Amino acid sequence: MSDFINSIDYMMLLKAFVIGGLLCVFAQILIDKTKLTPARILVLYVTLGCILGGLGIYKYLVDFAGCGATVPLTGFGFNLSKGVAEAIRSDGLMGAFTGGIKACAAGITAAIFFGYIAALVSKPKMKKQ
Amino acid sequence: MKTLDSNKKYQNFVDEKSPNSPILKNCFNAFWVGGLICIIGQLIFDYCIFRGFSKDLAGSVVSISLIFISAFLTALNLFNRIGKFAGAGSLIPITGFANSIISPAMEYKSEGYVMGVGAKMFTVAGPVLVYGICSSVIVGIAYLIFNTQAILLI
Repeated sequence: MSDFINSIDYMMLLKAFVIGGLLCVFAQILIDKTKLTPARILVLYVTLGCILGGLGIYKYLVDFAGCGATVPLTGFGFNLSKGVAEAIRSDGLMGAFTGGIKACAAGITAAIFFGYIAALVSKPKMKKQ
Repeated sequence: MKTLDSNKKYQNFVDEKSPNSPILKNCFNAFWVGGLICIIGQLIFDYCIFRGFSKDLAGSVVSISLIFISAFLTALNLFNRIGKFAGAGSLIPITGFANSIISPAMEYKSEGYVMGVGAKMFTVAGPVLVYGICSSVIVGIAYLIFNTQAILLI
């Protein structure tokens, strides 16, 4: 474990913190200034990540900031486009339909499964009016 | 009380009366909470790489771990509080996507396990998946049509 602590790249953590934080700040400004609902902002971020990933731009941000770029939802969109690109290279047209979900399978499955478990075991608190 | 003769005046009146959301404070909170979540992700990622996982696998482990943490906090009714405090800071990272699935699943449990939990799970996540997947297919088809070099960059 101490080997791992020595191997941490603190510069990378700082970059992840700043880029991840900035992506959240943009969304916060959108929420406060434009009255877009959170659902629309999530959709916007995923689509934007997918398009920027497809154009080959988002990759540079991922190389620069690591999880600061992949953990926000734009990274989810980037993953979709990356999976599609890889699948198209190996499978051609079919890749356009299989690649995206394949790359994001872990996240989607985990969210659905843990969500179902959470709904089974837990009750929501009554919302205060 | 004054009468309000036009929609515009009414809108101004509403803006005046509604609490001013302190945008700077919101942005600051969103910044450090969002950044912190990314740091946690980066630490998990580094640890996976350290243990010899491939980059793709490490990325999946990061997603699953963060989603698990989010599910755990949502089930304990703690995530709402973080969300209220941090705004977009907890919404934009993948924790927010997970929360948008988990929280309606819990809330609509009373409507049954199929049409309640099963269907309402996707009220927010559904559109995200629809637009994400559709745009990824379009990206893929664009690659096929234009046969760009960009495909080699990824």
